Amino acid sequence: MSEQQPKIPQTKPRFSATFDESTMSEIRRAAATGIYDIRGAGAKRKVPHFDDLLFLGASVSRYPLEGYREKCATDVVLGARFAKKPIHLKTPVTIAGMSFGSLSANAKEALGRGASAAGTSTTTGDGGMTQEERGHSSILVYQYLPSRYGMNPDDLRKADAIEVVIGQGAKPGGGGMLLGQKITKRVAKMRCLPEGIDQRSSCRHPDWTGPDDLEIKIAEIREITDWEKPIYVKIGATRPYFDVALAVKAGADVVVLDGMQGGTAATQEVFIEHVGIPILAAIRPAVQALQDLGMHRKVQLIVSGGIRNGADVAKALALGADAVAIGTAALIALGDNDPHWEEEYQKLGTTAGAYDDWHEGRDPAGITTQDPELMKRLDPVKAGHRLANYLAVMTMEAQVIARACGKSHLHNLEPEDLVALTLEASAMAKVPLAGTSWIPGVTGF
Amino acid sequence: METLTFDLDAKPLREVNQFLHGDASSLNGKEIVIENPNGAHSIAVGLKSDIHVTIKGHAGYYAAGMNQIAKVTIEGSAGSGVAENMMSGMVHVKGFASNAAGATANGGLLVIDGDAGLRTAIALKGADVVVGGSVGSFSAFMAQAGNFVILGDAGEGLGDSIYEAKIFVRGKVKSLGADCEEKTMSPEDRQILADLLAKSGYADVSPDSFKQYGSARTLYHFHVDNAGAY
Repeated sequence: MSEQQPKIPQTKPRFSATFDESTMSEIRRAAATGIYDIRGAGAKRKVPHFDDLLFLGASVSRYPLEGYREKCATDVVLGARFAKKPIHLKTPVTIAGMSFGSLSANAKEALGRGASAAGTSTTTGDGGMTQEERGHSSILVYQYLPSRYGMNPDDLRKADAIEVVIGQGAKPGGGGMLLGQKITKRVAKMRCLPEGIDQRSSCRHPDWTGPDDLEIKIAEIREITDWEKPIYVKIGATRPYFDVALAVKAGADVVVLDGMQGGTAATQEVFIEHVGIPILAAIRPAVQALQDLGMHRKVQLIVSGGIRNGADVAKALALGADAVAIGTAALIALGDNDPHWEEEYQKLGTTAGAYDDWHEGRDPAGITTQDPELMKRLDPVKAGHRLANYLAVMTMEAQVIARACGKSHLHNLEPEDLVALTLEASAMAKVPLAGTSWIPGVTGF
Repeated sequence: METLTFDLDAKPLREVNQFLHGDASSLNGKEIVIENPNGAHSIAVGLKSDIHVTIKGHAGYYAAGMNQIAKVTIEGSAGSGVAENMMSGMVHVKGFASNAAGATANGGLLVIDGDAGLRTAIALKGADVVVGGSVGSFSAFMAQAGNFVILGDAGEGLGDSIYEAKIFVRGKVKSLGADCEEKTMSPEDRQILADLLAKSGYADVSPDSFKQYGSARTLYHFHVDNAGAY
């Protein structure tokens, strides 16, 4: 009888960090179809973000303000540089540009209702202004986009501000594609295109190139609107110092800076995840450009891309922004990716929280769709109310933090109130690593 | 008809434009003359009443931009983006026009007696554009709707990625852009062309001397097999 051989321990199967499950499934999908993956939303990879910053709060050397008692103002004025009629917002949280076409009319109405109840602005998108949106938005920013779909001077005059869109964080340097299933009769008519075709949105403006032309274009829009409306310039975060400086030179009243986490209706996955920089890395160079030109707080800076709560708002403002914009978070507040629709998300091969095929127009929540039946699922009044609640919570959260830092206005928050948890965040946000006075690239260790 | 004259050497453009944006009931039917334009940008932009503005000289960028209803005559040449995003009315450039003339124009008629630069009628959305001379490269890029008449020659990449706009060229076309092809002119299209020629001061030019171009519609749906065309 032979001796029993000792059992050889088995190495457990090891998955590659480089070729993870998602990566391998995408390779298989690409191999099967021969076409790149298109999706909605912004960058999903983990990037240095506001979570990597902390507020210090008051201490022996700083006085806090009493919560619930002492005033901490949240209002913001946008566009006083040149516009005769600047915009006054009650909260620095605005709603980012999202198009009718990519979103349903009910979703646009809900955004207008929610923003108006909260005393803030909402923004049109590619495809023009709808009556639903204008009617339900007390303050409406009209996007002036490269495609000029639906652009007309009557709507320009109806707007409260005009946002010249150069780019967006999800796809700086890219145009758009709205697939045929979302080009319904109404969308096609507004965009002056045949129904049901895959519609391309241009990446460049048709009638100007470069910053000198932009200056002339802004002047034209001012002339047409008799210098009444604030003019914003929206850029995707890539070279924020230079882009902000050029936007200011071109005559912008407000600069909107969108980081790579900012959402899109439809773009190639590879574009979303690999072009542009996180908003955390973009704010300080943008503010530096404004300060170098003596224009900080004169030309307002709105930042966006992954803003989720009042802490993010407070951190963005502490780094020097005047306001923030939310897109993805606003859609979630309306009901996007809600577990209520899990059964239907499963049928679409996804799950609540991960649904991003917004371009396909089959959104169970009735938000990123033009399907009349799906659209009905979103009650614009109730959804607008949810958004208003969410905006109120974000504003109050930012106030809680500002009071703890002893600030009587959100705009009094400053970089000195912040420290960073990681070296990357410290270097990007130019605030010291927590517990040290070290800012990589700024101070010696 | 009452004629009002503004001298841009003496009056700021901003005041002139603001006057031109006044209440239609007080402006309708007026003849306005703008002297000494000297290439200023944004002259007579955003008009929205039934007036006739004559610019006595050269205009800079975006002359008559976003025009509605009004007639604007430029007795000289025009800079980039003349009549850009025009909605209705008529803009007549008696000289040459620079780049992106009639860009994204939705309606109305733009007539350029001389040559026009690059990207003429780019992203045209329904207006009529008639060029007496030749046009530069990349004209009618992504043109969506409307009619574009060229009595001279066209540069490279004419009608690239064109949608439903119609292009009529009397001279030579250096090259066509992706998805743009020659069409057989239907009697209806011949009539459209004849009417436009008549309205633009070219009634003596025969529509039969033109070739028509439009979309082959092969790129209307994104397909991987078309990737080489982009």
